[in-house]
Amino acid sequence: MTAATAIDVTGLTKSFGGRRVVDDVALQVAEGEIAGFLGPNGSGKTTCIRMICGLLTPDAGSGTVLGLDLRRQQRAIRRQVGYMTQKFSFYEDLSIEENLAFVAGLYRLPRQAVRDTLEDLGLTSRRTQLAGSLSGGWKQRLALAACIMHQPRLLLLDEPTAGVDPKARRQFWDEIHARALGGMTVLVSTHYMDEAERCHRINYIAYGRLVVSGTVAEVIAGARLVTLTVQSARPGALAERLRKAPGVGQVEPFGTALHVTGTDRKQLEAALAAEGVTGQPAETSLEDVFIRLMELSEDNMR
Amino acid sequence: MNFSPTRLRALLRKEFIQMRRDRLTFAMMLGVPIMQLLLFGYAINSDPRDMPAALVAPAQDRFGRSFAAALENSGYYRITHPAVSAEEAEWLITRGKVSFVVTLPADFGRRMERGDRPQILVEADGSDPSATSGAIAALPRLADSAFRRDRPAGPAQGAPEIVVHRRYNPEGVTQYNIVPGLLGVILQMTMVMMTAMALTREIERGTMENLLAMPATPAEIMLGKITPFLAVGAVQVLVILGAAWAVFDVPFVGSLGLLLAGVMVFVLALVLLGYLISTAARTQMQAMQIAIFVFLPSILLSGFMFPFRGMPGWAQALGEVLPVTHLLRLVRGIMLKGAGPADVAPQFAALSIMVAVLGALALLRFHRTLD
Repeated sequence: MTAATAIDVTGLTKSFGGRRVVDDVALQVAEGEIAGFLGPNGSGKTTCIRMICGLLTPDAGSGTVLGLDLRRQQRAIRRQVGYMTQKFSFYEDLSIEENLAFVAGLYRLPRQAVRDTLEDLGLTSRRTQLAGSLSGGWKQRLALAACIMHQPRLLLLDEPTAGVDPKARRQFWDEIHARALGGMTVLVSTHYMDEAERCHRINYIAYGRLVVSGTVAEVIAGARLVTLTVQSARPGALAERLRKAPGVGQVEPFGTALHVTGTDRKQLEAALAAEGVTGQPAETSLEDVFIRLMELSEDNMR
Repeated sequence: MNFSPTRLRALLRKEFIQMRRDRLTFAMMLGVPIMQLLLFGYAINSDPRDMPAALVAPAQDRFGRSFAAALENSGYYRITHPAVSAEEAEWLITRGKVSFVVTLPADFGRRMERGDRPQILVEADGSDPSATSGAIAALPRLADSAFRRDRPAGPAQGAPEIVVHRRYNPEGVTQYNIVPGLLGVILQMTMVMMTAMALTREIERGTMENLLAMPATPAEIMLGKITPFLAVGAVQVLVILGAAWAVFDVPFVGSLGLLLAGVMVFVLALVLLGYLISTAARTQMQAMQIAIFVFLPSILLSGFMFPFRGMPGWAQALGEVLPVTHLLRLVRGIMLKGAGPADVAPQFAALSIMVAVLGALALLRFHRTLD
């Protein structure tokens, strides 16, 4: 079995209480790739991830995960997948080492695996500390340690860095990249744009539908947005007026500058000229693209 | 994915560590049985003494006084109303002011002197049958001794005849019921409640998602959850039996090994029942409520509180599906009557069937996914 794609699913659909949470999602992730999974809250990211690791049964859809059938080989999939839940889900009344020993036992790993993992992730000095008394960053590190200890081929991370300080976040991402280099495939959901930019490819999902996927550059280019920056002594008042102007999509203040984004360069320039200011061409950010995508999806839903 | 001892060992180690860290629960599991046993063991007394009695003796002679003295000396009776009319006595017993009304006919003394066997009427309040049975059982003996001195010399014509009239509930009840019964009830309470929270705790703390994402089979998870409680149950059994023997002097005529075997099958049924509840409940609160819901009939319909044969057919049928019912029969049989393996085989069979059914249901109900 040589699967070039770690995840290859189509038509994934799941409803809860009559509400379609995930609607006909197709997702491909190549082996060794770090795939970002983005989208607003409640867009179906967690449900998608749970279906991929076999915790939820899809209402419809099919595909393979690590070359195994998504519907029929859930157990085999589970053994080769590491899943880090959004909420910390290890035992707070167990120490770091006891938690890892528990996980190691479930995967039938030798005791040495626990020691190696503690060492690897710099947890050795804290190994006797109860998980409940750890800070967010350490909890996240424990959770990561626990879900990569059995050397999974696919790592599913559901908003792993929520509530973690920047330094710990950076360490976390270094760790992820190191693993990907070693051949591990990673699907990570996040709200942070800087994290999205660390991914090889990103997949944007809104209201249960996959809206766009590609590299960051592809996604930005595909949105065909124009962004101009304007310097202003009173950016607040100017922003208020610009938002009402035709052809102006988003106006975001950055210090004394305004990022003005729209779909049509001529209209945008006209709007600025009407205010007596000129804009400098600037790069459209991923965030601008996502907000645009979110608005488009909202319109589609209506 | 087959059964793996390694995985089970990991699950067991984790459960034991968690149990040890949860000091309050641990204290409850050991403290509660002792507290309840002492509380109920002393509070529920199937052979109460010093019960209030009224004496209706129109003649007010020495025979009446001797009988009253004999009643009081027995320890069971306390004559609170020594000289009342029949109407007053009726009122007293109806209101529950006295548990007994003792009536000596007006011509009692005369007939005793004649060597007749006059009748003494003892009316007992039978609304709590277990309360009065000891006192009633003591009557023939004490009547015999009371009038020995008063009877004329010569060939004894026998003591007066005592007529016992159980009011409100003519059924009597066995003795030494309470402590063996408590064994079942206390185990039911602690075992079912503790295990009922086993899975809901994982769900509420959010650890269930993770547990399911890892390769543990439902049977392994179930065994991992219930085994520690089996161990706790075994300790509870020893504590309760030890107390029954040391504190309450409950007679023990049967085989200890047989009793322990039976009780452990019962405990296994209980932890499986608790685990089954745990697969159905969504929160720990719900689990508690279901556990209590099961607990009440176990007290009321099992024969612990009320005589089993006194219940209507449907209630008996309901009682038959409760593990406690069979345990009570088993424990009373072995401890009090010295029943052997053949005598308690039906109880073993019933409990084993429950173990099989509860275990199978729990495994069926266990969801491997979060759907």
